[in-house]
Amino acid sequence: MPMLAFRLATPRVLVDLRRVSGLDRIHIGEQGVELGAKVRWRDIERDTRLAVAQPLLAEAVRHIAHYQIRNRGTVGGSLAHADPAAELPAIALTCEAHIVAVGPRGEREIPAAEFFLAPLVTALEPDELIVAMRLSAWPKARRFSFKELSRRLGDFALAGAAVFFDLDERGCMRALHVGAFGVADKPVRLLETEAALNGMRPEPAAVAEAIKLGTSGLEMRSDIHADADYRRALLETLLTRAFDEAMQRSPS
Amino acid sequence: MTSITPIINGVAVTVEVPDRVTLADTLRDKLRLTGTHVACEHGVCGACTVIVDGLAVRSCLMLAVQADGAAITTVEGLSKNGKLSALQDAFRRHHALQCGFCTSGILTTMHALLLEEPDAGEHRIREVLSGNLCRCTGYIPIVEAVLEARAAYAQAESGA
Ligand SMILES: Cc1cc2nc3c(=O)[nH]c(=O)nc-3n(C[C@H](O)[C@H](O)[C@H](O)COP(=O)(O)OP(=O)(O)OC[C@H]3O[C@@H](n4cnc5c(N)ncnc54)[C@H](O)[C@@H]3O)c2cc1C
Ligand code: FES
Ligand code: FES
Repeated sequence: MPMLAFRLATPRVLVDLRRVSGLDRIHIGEQGVELGAKVRWRDIERDTRLAVAQPLLAEAVRHIAHYQIRNRGTVGGSLAHADPAAELPAIALTCEAHIVAVGPRGEREIPAAEFFLAPLVTALEPDELIVAMRLSAWPKARRFSFKELSRRLGDFALAGAAVFFDLDERGCMRALHVGAFGVADKPVRLLETEAALNGMRPEPAAVAEAIKLGTSGLEMRSDIHADADYRRALLETLLTRAFDEAMQRSPS
Repeated sequence: MTSITPIINGVAVTVEVPDRVTLADTLRDKLRLTGTHVACEHGVCGACTVIVDGLAVRSCLMLAVQADGAAITTVEGLSKNGKLSALQDAFRRHHALQCGFCTSGILTTMHALLLEEPDAGEHRIREVLSGNLCRCTGYIPIVEAVLEARAAYAQAESGA
């Protein structure tokens, strides 16, 4: 709707999904969690099961927009809109979620890594509709953290970071995933940071070095709120705090 | 043009609206319910907040056609028989408004919040209030007024 208000979008037809049933379900099973396209931020926030089944998602959603926006904004809308500073696309990418789309050629599952192409541009075809987002099951002992900085509570983030990993019996990180948003033209995974630290213990010096390695290759966004240097420093700080918190937070 | 019949402040009203027009503009220009204010028109300021089927939402981000059949409460619907509601009365006593531009959006937001969460603490109230910009009163008297009005909502809930 803001796109219409600004005359940035002038669609010939606009389809309201309000009366399409079945898209507002949150399904939690052994395979993971499926969020219907019409699930609202409010629904995620109020579903106490998700705090256990997908704690990183639950934490991220708390940072999205204001009360009145959270009453309306949806999973499908956020994924399709693909704002580079939005939380859900970042979670989808970091958690390797799949986006389920249907169109005249049937249903397909698009990995998040292939879904977000550029600011407000996705792999969705014009005649396709998102019906759900699928997240794989979350091991109970998994460590995680979500950090962002915005100028005002509920505003879009200047930068944000999501981190999760499992610890093996030797205290080494496994399945490390590191995501960032608000910093580039789409959400990104810091694959070099992940590669440098996977199988390692989360020692502060190694973590700091790996963060630098991961952010050095990023082409940082620059705008009136934050220039590229500031964003880089901010992201590094948020990532450092995220690793710290992930280590300190005892698994539920 | 599409014919819609929302229930506005308890009364079913049928209006013809162009598909492209927002709920905010329909309330103000068509139905003359000018208590709903419009400023930013892209969801940031909160001045246009109304309650749709129990939820506080931005009426500038909703098309009027999407409100067909919905129960809508605007700021005009808060007082009963010319008497201010407990929340409005608390705003008056705490001087929680000056120019009043933001006030209708804050009243509708806080009304919806307290109906659902009459025990909302100061932190929660401030968090929710972050979706409404007030550029002249300052938020402290607003928070005080809302905190005080909670008792009336808790009472209404236990009495119901
Ligand atoms: C003031 C303000 C602050 C905000 N702050 C944040 C924030 O901090 N973080 C954040 O992540 N978001 C934020 N948002 C965005 C908000 O959370 C919603 O995600 C966004 O407004 C989309 O709303 P919607 O779900 O109603 O989608 P719509 O507005 O209905 O649609 C958005 C786009 O997605 C398309 N679309 C919708 N559903 C589908 C579907 N099922 N399949 C295919 N295409 C679809 C539409 O055609 C349209 O192009 C903010 C919005 C506002 C107005
Ligand atoms: S006019 Fe609707 S939020 Fe500002
Ligand atoms: S009372 Fe003037 S903007 Fe709030």
